[in-house]
Amino acid sequence: MSVETPTRMGVQDAHQLRVKSLPSWAPWATAAAAIAVSFVLIYLTSYGGMILTGVVAALLFVIFMGLAATFVEGGRSARNRMATILIYGAFILALLPLISVVWTLVSKGSTRLDANFFNTSMNNIGVFDEKGGAYHAIIGTLEQAGIATLITVPLGIMGAVYIVEYGRGFLANAIRFFVDVMTGIPSIVSGLFVLSFWVFTITPLYNDGRPAYSGFAAALSLSVLMLPTVVRSTEEMLRLVPGALREGAYALGVPKWKTITSIVLPTAGPGIVTGVMLAVARAAGETAPVLLVAGGLSAINFNVFNGGQSSLSLYVFQQAGVASEFAPGRAWTAALTLVVLVLVLTVAAKLLARRNKLAR
Amino acid sequence: MSQQTLPSTSAGSSGGGGGLPPKKRFGGDVIFRGTATAAGSMVLVIIAAIAVFLIVKAIPAIRDDNANFFTYKEWFTDGDDPKFGIAATVFGTILTAFLALLLAVPVALGIALCLSHYAHRRVATTLGFIIDLLAAVPSVVFGLWGRDYFYEPVSNLSKWLHDTAGWLPIFGSEGPYGKSVLLGSIVLGIMILPIVTSLSREVFMQTPPENQEAALALGATKWEMIRTSVLPYGKAGIIASVMLGLGRALGETIALALTLGSVFAINFDLLGPGGVTIASNIANRFAEANEFGRGALIASGLALFAITLVVNMAARAIVYRRREFVGSA
Repeated sequence: MSVETPTRMGVQDAHQLRVKSLPSWAPWATAAAAIAVSFVLIYLTSYGGMILTGVVAALLFVIFMGLAATFVEGGRSARNRMATILIYGAFILALLPLISVVWTLVSKGSTRLDANFFNTSMNNIGVFDEKGGAYHAIIGTLEQAGIATLITVPLGIMGAVYIVEYGRGFLANAIRFFVDVMTGIPSIVSGLFVLSFWVFTITPLYNDGRPAYSGFAAALSLSVLMLPTVVRSTEEMLRLVPGALREGAYALGVPKWKTITSIVLPTAGPGIVTGVMLAVARAAGETAPVLLVAGGLSAINFNVFNGGQSSLSLYVFQQAGVASEFAPGRAWTAALTLVVLVLVLTVAAKLLARRNKLAR
Repeated sequence: MSQQTLPSTSAGSSGGGGGLPPKKRFGGDVIFRGTATAAGSMVLVIIAAIAVFLIVKAIPAIRDDNANFFTYKEWFTDGDDPKFGIAATVFGTILTAFLALLLAVPVALGIALCLSHYAHRRVATTLGFIIDLLAAVPSVVFGLWGRDYFYEPVSNLSKWLHDTAGWLPIFGSEGPYGKSVLLGSIVLGIMILPIVTSLSREVFMQTPPENQEAALALGATKWEMIRTSVLPYGKAGIIASVMLGLGRALGETIALALTLGSVFAINFDLLGPGGVTIASNIANRFAEANEFGRGALIASGLALFAITLVVNMAARAIVYRRREFVGSA
């Protein structure tokens, strides 16, 4: 029966068994054709510019390729080609905004990249003043992110130790579930929480009944945002520590707490540091919590407990709302500074993760 | 799951180890265990505290509200006759979030497939890194970019949409085109791309090779293999990643505060000046609000907290049904 199959399908010669397919230069030729047709179309109608030309060319490319593949290779292969094009297209589509953001950041952010910007605050800077800088905001970002890290890291690591090493039953499951849920809490809700808990409820107790906005409150609300991220990444790292290491320690009579502190945690150390750095990077870029609880002072204030503070992201937001010809320059330069800070942290964390032997 | 294979540390208690030294009742182990348990429980305490404190601070404001908090559309908190309600902001929150999902999810799934099945392994690592960088850009930067630069192509697009499909109510606005629901939704869509991408990519990569090879061995093209083995396997993961993206979109604040028009109305006009969300309303009004106004904003924040909590819990519940890929979340 199997011998007869080819003839029944009408195949006479061996070469007919080969699937007909488009030559390998076909996509390039089609792309060139699509761009040419789109260019001509746009110029003839004189409607739209470069962007529309690109969009039309991309659409034409998909259509042309689909048609060519349908006629030469058949429907199934055509669908396969379309899917490939669309999937790569999705990636290119996502790169466009990233490139645009980076380009605007660098081109607009360099306008105020001078010593004055990094050495002065916005104190006594009027709407029509050209100068003014973000020194106070940089101080605020560094202090708030630093304090948030100091609060979160011990709490997060111990929480993860509980989940991995001790946790069993209902409590551990509940904690694990709510750590994940907490990851999704909006930053503004965390800000509102610290506003109603710390600023409106606790601070009036020592501040003559008036709420006190401070950098510390901002740090508290950033640590609410950081905590689930730190717990989650530490938990994953602890799970990667081989059980044999723990068993070896137990066999030597080492108590469990000492096993954890001197064997499990150091082994997972680099991975934990990576997770913490990513969490700090995310927290340093948050605007909403700082906006709600830090008070947004425009003068330099090193004291996180007394008086308001600003932060780089809040500075960007505030400058974005100022109707002055000099405000956009300040906003973009601050944005560039913030992105550089965040990216340095992120890239360093990722490079550290690559050297991490556990994660392989 | 390694702890289940470990020997219990309380070996001395149940008679098995006769030669072991007696266990100390208040040794380092007990203290350490207690500290760890307390730290872990802090998560539960914080979530409960968020709910409690938001409710406590919201109740006085809602009690003094002279309009229905849930159905009133406007937001007047200053003066003797405070009237405010979350109807328009909740509507705007859901509208922008769904539009953002509509735009972002197909692209994100495409990127995820590109990274998991199309791009070369080493290239995919680099490209995944680039997508992660997109997640690292702070939202205020996206907001500023959207307001100062991206509005231009979007307002051109708005004009074109109005000219060609103006008979549709959603494209009916005559302009001026600038800050609009469309602009906010596109910016929001760009911002949630990385989160949807990273989770669905993890799921796609965990499709059993047997399923994929079986499909290919039956003569399926690459796309047919993906459609018949990768996508069905990753269905729960896709749903979960979309819901996580939804949770992020619902709570996004600063980017929307800068790109939406802050108009309190319930309509589906996407192009004209309009749009407001719970979070953008809080960010825009907080600086000028008095203490009562801040209480009112906290009340609206409580509604946002409730919505995002439900969405996130649902997403996590879906993820938990498939424990295999929970590690990626």
